[in-house]
Amino acid sequence: MMKAKKRVSTLITTLILSVIGFIILIPFWFMLVSSFKESSDIFAQGLNIHIDLSSINFSNYGKLFTNNNGIFLSWFKNSALITIIQTVLVLIFCSMVGYGLAQYRFRGRNFIFMLVLIMLMVPGDILLIPLYKLVTNLGLMDTYAGVILPGIVPPATVFFFRQYAIGIPNDYAEAARIDGAGEFRIFSQIYVPMMKPAFGAMTIMTSMGAWNNFLWPLIVMRSDENLVIPAGLLTAMTPYGNNYDIVFSGSIMSIIPILILFLFNQKSFISGMTVGGVKG
Amino acid sequence: MTNDITAQISPKSKSPLKREKKKINMQKIAPYLFVSPFIIVFLVFSLYPFINSIIMSFQRISGFDETTFIGLENYKRLFADPVFYKALWNVTRYTFWTILILIPLPLLLALVMNNKNTKYKYFFRSIFFIPVLTSTVIVGLVFKFAFSKEPTGVFNSWLSYLNIGPIDWLNNSGTAMFALVIVCVWRWLGVNMIYFLSGLQNIPRELYECAEIDGASKWDKFKSITLPMIKPITTYVLTISILAGFSLFNETYVYWGAQSPDNIGTTFLTYIYKTAFSDGDFGYACTLGVIMFVIVVAINLIQVSVRGLFKED
Repeated sequence: MMKAKKRVSTLITTLILSVIGFIILIPFWFMLVSSFKESSDIFAQGLNIHIDLSSINFSNYGKLFTNNNGIFLSWFKNSALITIIQTVLVLIFCSMVGYGLAQYRFRGRNFIFMLVLIMLMVPGDILLIPLYKLVTNLGLMDTYAGVILPGIVPPATVFFFRQYAIGIPNDYAEAARIDGAGEFRIFSQIYVPMMKPAFGAMTIMTSMGAWNNFLWPLIVMRSDENLVIPAGLLTAMTPYGNNYDIVFSGSIMSIIPILILFLFNQKSFISGMTVGGVKG
Repeated sequence: MTNDITAQISPKSKSPLKREKKKINMQKIAPYLFVSPFIIVFLVFSLYPFINSIIMSFQRISGFDETTFIGLENYKRLFADPVFYKALWNVTRYTFWTILILIPLPLLLALVMNNKNTKYKYFFRSIFFIPVLTSTVIVGLVFKFAFSKEPTGVFNSWLSYLNIGPIDWLNNSGTAMFALVIVCVWRWLGVNMIYFLSGLQNIPRELYECAEIDGASKWDKFKSITLPMIKPITTYVLTISILAGFSLFNETYVYWGAQSPDNIGTTFLTYIYKTAFSDGDFGYACTLGVIMFVIVVAINLIQVSVRGLFKED
């Protein structure tokens, strides 16, 4: 009796989770279906779930890569390079800072950690205008550096690495010091490998943020060929008519890389997120 | 690294006493080297622009070269500006709704995911997480089409089965807010679930076992063990939700651009963006930024001090 009851409740739970999962995936289905439709079909019928197998065509994708001398490829390249460079720098710097805050006792440590916490509570976007001025004065407008530099040590990532590193005993460092290892070597060869799950989780979070960043690249990047994908696709929506064909095929193309990254790392990602966690 | 290299090359530093001294120095300097990236970026890209922002908020600026000090003019203007109040109202309402939904619902999901009887956990976790991987701009475009005022729009075609509609979703204040909140919930459900799940998994099992011996009900256990134990996580989720809510930009920009009908989609950031980059009024844009800063920090400080994030639990 008990067992049967349990089985029914498990079944109901699975059913509810499936329904939620299904609802969550619907927008992607819209996007995918629409990317195979003629622009005029989308215009006439709006988005819908039905797909007529005979009318599937890849012409939108062809158009995406040839339209305007293949400008989509430049957007893709910009997004990819910005994402890779930013992710690498963020991981290096934030793991260093997080480790430093967690494993050393030094004057000013609490003050710096307090700064990190405060910045965690402050919307970075309020600095839009002065940052715009600063980047202009530094001559970094319309460059990758202008997009990347202000965001290479985000407080949330520092906080995460610090929380993770604080859970690792200091004894390893002590032992290594006795053996004569230098401080940076202790970090890079002993602690970095132990923080691997944290790196896994933050790789996804950072690259996701960089890949999808919109407002700041929109401000820094001036010329059309320097835009990142979201800003570029938005230019396809004009008051004079929307290029649905490019919008949906471009959207699908923009999701694929980040989805692949996630699917290949999801186990380490989710365990990294749950083990590191936020311990307040 | 430097000290053991020099130890190898230079015969002088082989003297044990000197080496010892050098190491101690290195241990004192090292922490500052490790945290230096944060300090440099903080000074250059946060503190300096922040001070600049305050200075600029007292100026009239036409092109960054021509500035006039105008005292409190911008602030006076701001407090009499109906659009500012509209933006404040919009982001407050938006933040309220997203928090009301995005705290309890993900917590409930996390509890289900933490239950040992739940099947296909990893599969569902990944599915729920996928929305946040995508750009708000790109997803916003899909939702914009779905909320089309035409009868063929997704939501209108669903409503037509109930003989309601068609509704002009994006041109009415209430339905526009609904359209914004829906995207937020869709996008963040999985992330908040993961945060809560990480909290739940850090609760020692023994606590529940003890409570069971004392004959505690499921609700008792949730109320007196689970909720207090995940308090730091709840505070964190609340903090980032307030931040995200008050910094709303992408979705409204995709729905309406920088200018929405009757300002139903105007937020602090869209207003700052429009004031600076459409009107060229950088001084006033900075004033808006300063006030936005004050409001968000005040709310978060109250929230955090009431809930006690900085207390040692």
